[in-house]
Amino acid sequence: MLNIGLGYIGVGIAIGVGLFGAALGIGKLASAALEGTARQPEAAGSLQTLMIIAAALIEGLGLFALVIAFLAVATLNKSLQTGEPAAPASVEAAHR
Amino acid sequence: MNFDEVVSHHVLDHTIRPLFAVGGIRFNLTKHLLMMWGLGAALLIAVSLLARGRSKAAGLARMAVEMAVLFIRNDIVDPILGHGGRAYLHYFLTLFFFILLCNLGGLVPFGATATGNIAVTAALASCTFGLIVLGGIRAQGLLSFLKHIIPGGLPWAIVPIMVVVEVAGLFAKCIALTIRLFANMIAGHIVALGFLSLIFTFAASSRLVGLAVAPFSVLLVVFVNALEILVCLLQAYIFTVLTAVFVGGALHPH
Repeated sequence: MLNIGLGYIGVGIAIGVGLFGAALGIGKLASAALEGTARQPEAAGSLQTLMIIAAALIEGLGLFALVIAFLAVATLNKSLQTGEPAAPASVEAAHR
Repeated sequence: MNFDEVVSHHVLDHTIRPLFAVGGIRFNLTKHLLMMWGLGAALLIAVSLLARGRSKAAGLARMAVEMAVLFIRNDIVDPILGHGGRAYLHYFLTLFFFILLCNLGGLVPFGATATGNIAVTAALASCTFGLIVLGGIRAQGLLSFLKHIIPGGLPWAIVPIMVVVEVAGLFAKCIALTIRLFANMIAGHIVALGFLSLIFTFAASSRLVGLAVAPFSVLLVVFVNALEILVCLLQAYIFTVLTAVFVGGALHPH
């Protein structure tokens, strides 16, 4: 039971760190785009297009982390219902 | 009411009628499948009627659709795909409008997000993969396509590693397309369902608190749905742009 609880804590930390990285990346991107627009307002249109494409790519990575966390939570939930950790028996045996 | 059950009811696919099985894989008539058929048919019929209609309403609707079509032609296909690109314009228009309609379908009552199903987004990404490989072979010939998978000007020693890296990169790009579209669509729905579940979480302690939380919760859900409309448009655009960039890289590897 302790292992499953630690698993949930791990998922929480994974989400926090993963999305922190994505938010940091998009923040840096937005600040660069705003600075570029402030220096040269004529370039605003093309900067906006580039910014949106780059933001979607970075956000995609953040959402990978989210999807993996959802899968981890689903596995943890399933192992909660069956009552024991879902790791294969060989891993358990290797740890003894 | 269990949060897990509510989320899985709204986010997973519902089988309406089992159809047939090939090997061990079941092919069922499901809600997402019906949404794709319905939206595809609606798009086909609507655009065909719009293109030929003579009434004023058809003219106005034609102007609206033309805005999107010209945007895709002038800002996505022509700049990125270069001189051979017009031949693929119809595919990119279909892709953009299909993904947009499937994304928006989840926001109307009784609708479901067909692109919120990883099988659908995986199929769209495999169409991209097929277009990259087949379009590249058609434009350059098989040997030139294989040769241009690796970027030029590399020292001899790392070429074997670069082959593995570039081929894995091709697959990784398509998998990234899949998961990006799927996760963006699912995340909005899960957040909206979470906000609505707040009402029931508060109501478990006291009914009055639940009733008091309800208006704020519904307002938050309205805000999240408005954000979802933006995300739907953006993700359709991003999928189309990235497909254009990858196919353009395969057609003109300079």
